Amino acid sequence: MSRRTIAVVAGGLHQPSSTRLLADRLAEATAVSLRERGIDTDVQVVELREHAHDLTNMLLTGFASADVKRAIDTVVQADGVIAVTPIFSGSYSGLFKNFFDVLEPGSLAAMPVLIGATAGTARHTLALEHAVRPLFSYLHAVVVPTSVFGATEDFGATSSAQVPDDVPPLAARVERAAGELADLVAARSSHRAVDPFANPTSFADLLAGR
Amino acid sequence: MQFGVFTVGDLTTDPVSGRTPTENERIKAMTTIALHAEEVGLDVFATGEHHNPPFVPSSPTTMLGWIAAKTTTLQLSTSTTLITTNDPVKIAEDYVMLQHLADGRLDLILGRGNTGPVYPWFGKDIRQGVNLAIENYALLRRLWDEEVVDWSGTFRTPLQSFTATPRPLDGVAPFVWHGSIRTPEIAEQAAYYGDGFFHNNIFWPIEHTQQMVALYRRRYEHYGHGSADQAIVGLGGQVFMRASSQDAKREFRPYFDNAPVYGHGPTMEEFTAQTPLTVGSPQEVIDRYAAMRDHVGDYQRQLFLMDHAGLPLKTVLEQLDILGGEVVPVLRKEMAIGRPAHVPDAPTHASLVAAAGGSQDATVDAAPDDVTGASPEPESARVPR
Repeated sequence: MSRRTIAVVAGGLHQPSSTRLLADRLAEATAVSLRERGIDTDVQVVELREHAHDLTNMLLTGFASADVKRAIDTVVQADGVIAVTPIFSGSYSGLFKNFFDVLEPGSLAAMPVLIGATAGTARHTLALEHAVRPLFSYLHAVVVPTSVFGATEDFGATSSAQVPDDVPPLAARVERAAGELADLVAARSSHRAVDPFANPTSFADLLAGR
Repeated sequence: MQFGVFTVGDLTTDPVSGRTPTENERIKAMTTIALHAEEVGLDVFATGEHHNPPFVPSSPTTMLGWIAAKTTTLQLSTSTTLITTNDPVKIAEDYVMLQHLADGRLDLILGRGNTGPVYPWFGKDIRQGVNLAIENYALLRRLWDEEVVDWSGTFRTPLQSFTATPRPLDGVAPFVWHGSIRTPEIAEQAAYYGDGFFHNNIFWPIEHTQQMVALYRRRYEHYGHGSADQAIVGLGGQVFMRASSQDAKREFRPYFDNAPVYGHGPTMEEFTAQTPLTVGSPQEVIDRYAAMRDHVGDYQRQLFLMDHAGLPLKTVLEQLDILGGEVVPVLRKEMAIGRPAHVPDAPTHASLVAAAGGSQDATVDAAPDDVTGASPEPESARVPR
């Protein structure tokens, strides 16, 4: 059985956190979907709350602390990413954006990504489409069509009838999105980033402007 | 092994006194620091080049020319000379003029500069930064190494039958270091030419410095200039010292907490753990810097940043006394222990002249000019040195 690594980026600020709860459900469902495709999954979670100070320091100093470097490596070296943020003021949280701001340009290019968000009411749902999806498009990631929004009320609803607007219950949306991510991750050969220190551009190419 | 100081030339408010020096005070402080560096037995003084407030040193060769006239042994350098936004023709001329006035006590550290607007202010594009560094240096090299240059490139108007004057002292161009904090292409450039590589690691963890220097050394050997451990490496450093560690920390903390770059970010304890900044007793500084070669190999030049963050001149001069009096003499001994004989020292004018097989005057004669009608000295009248 082959193996893939899924990195989970959870931007919740509280312990326990409904953002982390949704992130864990998405990760479990993705692992189940990958297993159906004959693939074992390593799930590695990055809780941004633990890195809040170091991320601010990195914005100011330009270099990553050892812990932040590990978190960044976990995400950019994964085969797929699940990114979940609380919605604040109509968009992703500042901490969530902070993490993606310090990644090297290009490091998420072609990365399969599943986006999720949480908030107190379902009125914030489209923030996923208006704010979070464009962020990952800018980073040249491949974002699966289904994004998953978990409003507080979703955690109590078990059927469409109990949810406004006839949307499927959270469990069904989680499963569909996880299946889409699993398809992309399974189709992608195991991912390895290029190391510019191991393979520098030769000076002949530099001199020729290549 | 060379030890010295390098300065950014920032005009920063002293967070303890609340006072901001004038530009004139800061410029005079920089030259005072340079002269004192020689007095306390340091080898090198290097000045930054900047073209925006709050920095004062926009004209490094003017400052270094003044210092050259007032010193006798101090090696003059730059940290860095902007190879991207300066015209390479003017760099060739200015720095060889300075080389003559300083009797050869000059080298350059080239850098790209990371202040975005400086590029458009000088008619350049920061997105072409690496390409500018590559092309401009290729031209600079030719202007020094060849008497008559025909050249055309992407970034500058072409040259036909151009001779940069004055010609390099004794026919040997100043030694060049290439400085880069995080760009592998610049380490590659330094390796290709067999020039020095200066990693200004003052704001970076040693693992990163190690990676950059290792790349440069490997490629230096690849291009046939010698073995990897013979490549010419320089590092930055940053220290604050008092006889007791506690006094050093107490005195430096307000400067750390409010410093440009890292102030209001990590704690001093976090930053000293993650970067070469060392705040403590002279012995702590010795221990930290004597161990640098464990990470990057035996190296040739260690420069310290001593005068930033608004530290008053009096304090900086005291720091130089400690550095030159207590720290560097011990580091010289420590660094010499176990250093293989085939590892070279940093090139100097004397060593470059010797390597070239002796001095050769490179003066270019030309026909009498229309303005004065003066005829140059006949070739036969010149006595070889």
